Amino acid sequence: MAKQDSTLHPRPGVAFLGMPAFTEAAHIALGDDQLRRNLGRATRTIRDKRTRAVGELEDWQDLRTAAAMIKDRTLADLDRHLEQFEAAATAAGATVHWAADADEAVRISTEIVRAHQGTDVIKVKSMATQEIGLNEAFAEDGINAWETDLAELIIQLGGDTPSHFLVPAIHRNREEIRQIFLDRMAEVGRPAPDDLTDEPRRLAEAARLHLREKFLTTSIGFSGANFAVAETGTLVVLESEGNGRMCLTLPDVLVSVVGIEKLLPTFADLEVFMQVLPRSSTAERMNPYTTMWTGVTEGDGPQELHIILLDNGRTRALADNTGRQALRCIRCSACLNVCPVYERVGGHAYGSVYPGPIGAILNPLLHGVSDEHDAALPFASSLCGACYEACPVKIDIPTVLIEQRAEVVEERADSGRPSAEALAMRIAAWTFADHRRLERAQKVASKAGPVVQHVRRLPGMLGGWTASRDLPPIPDESFHQWWERTRGADR
Amino acid sequence: MSNDKIIKPMGSKEQVLAAVRGAIKDAVPPSVSRTYSRDLGLDRAGLVELFTERVGDYRAEVQVIDRDELGRVIGNVLADRRIHSVVVPDDLDPGWLTTVTSRVVRDSPDLTHRDLDQVDGVITGSAVGIALTGTIVMDAGPTQGRRAITLIPDTHLCIVAADDIVGTVPEAVARLDATRPLTWISGPSATSDIELDRVEGVHGPRNLVVLILT
Repeated sequence: MAKQDSTLHPRPGVAFLGMPAFTEAAHIALGDDQLRRNLGRATRTIRDKRTRAVGELEDWQDLRTAAAMIKDRTLADLDRHLEQFEAAATAAGATVHWAADADEAVRISTEIVRAHQGTDVIKVKSMATQEIGLNEAFAEDGINAWETDLAELIIQLGGDTPSHFLVPAIHRNREEIRQIFLDRMAEVGRPAPDDLTDEPRRLAEAARLHLREKFLTTSIGFSGANFAVAETGTLVVLESEGNGRMCLTLPDVLVSVVGIEKLLPTFADLEVFMQVLPRSSTAERMNPYTTMWTGVTEGDGPQELHIILLDNGRTRALADNTGRQALRCIRCSACLNVCPVYERVGGHAYGSVYPGPIGAILNPLLHGVSDEHDAALPFASSLCGACYEACPVKIDIPTVLIEQRAEVVEERADSGRPSAEALAMRIAAWTFADHRRLERAQKVASKAGPVVQHVRRLPGMLGGWTASRDLPPIPDESFHQWWERTRGADR
Repeated sequence: MSNDKIIKPMGSKEQVLAAVRGAIKDAVPPSVSRTYSRDLGLDRAGLVELFTERVGDYRAEVQVIDRDELGRVIGNVLADRRIHSVVVPDDLDPGWLTTVTSRVVRDSPDLTHRDLDQVDGVITGSAVGIALTGTIVMDAGPTQGRRAITLIPDTHLCIVAADDIVGTVPEAVARLDATRPLTWISGPSATSDIELDRVEGVHGPRNLVVLILT
């Protein structure tokens, strides 16, 4: 099948907006052999490594439970924790801003840069700033935002969008990266060496030299935060390369965009999250570098700190009693690497900053399901449950998906729009074809209570496919279960 | 300062908080069960041994040395690695530098980032070591200096007192003061962004040498 890269690797600015919905994007991705090879290898490697990193801790399940409960506790009292965070951070010398949506966060960011007559900012990889489209907005205002994470640099120079939380350029192989560096570095700073090979060590060296110049000359840094401590006003960023330390330490002015769900009540709570995040995400005992900073320290690091607390749909998710647990997410990407759907279609097909199983529930929670992208996402799953088992904060993704599918059906029924969920249909077929998947679906469906009826109705409402036939309802007992149960007795 | 120029939108805080309150009105905070382990039950020698092994796993160079040997070992490490210049925090014990032949730059407020970029290495102490994860935590306390000096030069020679090594992450967090700038270091800078091949050294120090003082 022909590669259709341009459709799946949109340029920044039109990223995610011009994307085809999951159904269509998934078909394109499935035809991209290179993408599938890279992804397959990546997800397998990380998955195996993670199993070892997690298996090393005898108290892993205790840590998971504690992490989930700490997050739930924070969310159940979020208003108080936010006010406490603001007070502590302000007392330590930070300026705290509140942004109800992406536009407001962008406007505040732009004002801060303008107040310093800034033309350039350096950035450490941050999903929150991607979510609000900060780089694209800056570009329109003539402000250059330089990504400094190696993968983000590859993405930015290559003019496309990340496909994975953790290894965002996983869809690019070394030869493609070499070509991107040779073609593009010179346009925006120190050129790549002429004799650059595709050896990872040489490519990393080229990035080091290219970016060192920017680190030493740029006076404004932007970051997100992995955690924000209510008690102390502390922000925390975990990273590997040292580009984070550069952005958080060297500029005069630092702006951190922080989703309101990033809060933890106490500094001591980091004892749990500094264990579950590195092992779950990069599958290491600990990531190479973590920076924790509280306000401004005289003579050490940026002397002006702005923190932008971002809602942008999070309170919408928070209001959903079942879906609220998605806000526990610490963006480790473990669920991506165990997901059979993600492994085949890749991150771009989800059409969002947040791909994979967590993206499939988080996007509809943040935005609702009236949009076709968001409406298709709850179907981007086989309900196999591997994501739930891998999740270090125990987000029950399958249960949330079931509820959201029902929501989509209701929304479609109300609007009277024709639906063409071809992929959903294929996934349904795939689910029914394997007894383990079906059993998982049944287990989830039976846990979901009244929602079950909707789930049974759902396939029957699917456009053309159902015009000529009816979809069998999920049987109470699969053939496999019936066989398991009866073959002994019948003999 | 220039912060005054930033117009803070009135009302957004109230709007977000009101939305939060509306969303969680029926939410009940669960109690948190902290049944995870807090210590490893190892003695000092056991902690030092595990810490040494785990730091080594990150491909850092580790040596366990006697306090009396420190001056000599530092000189050797710098000479072996052909480190011509080092920056040190202004309160570093001069006794540690007696055999150093490299150019020594004492940190001071007028030393710029660009100046630091011209220096080959840095020598510091540390606040806490975590045996289980092979992590060193710096807290900008005595003999550690400001964060930039351990970031820009390419080789970090870090001294960890055996008494400062704890077993677990919870033990380390309990020792730390959140109001100080903290840097957790687990091996040299690394990336796996290109086809998941681990490459040591991108932006931070590409070489980490750890001397454990017993």
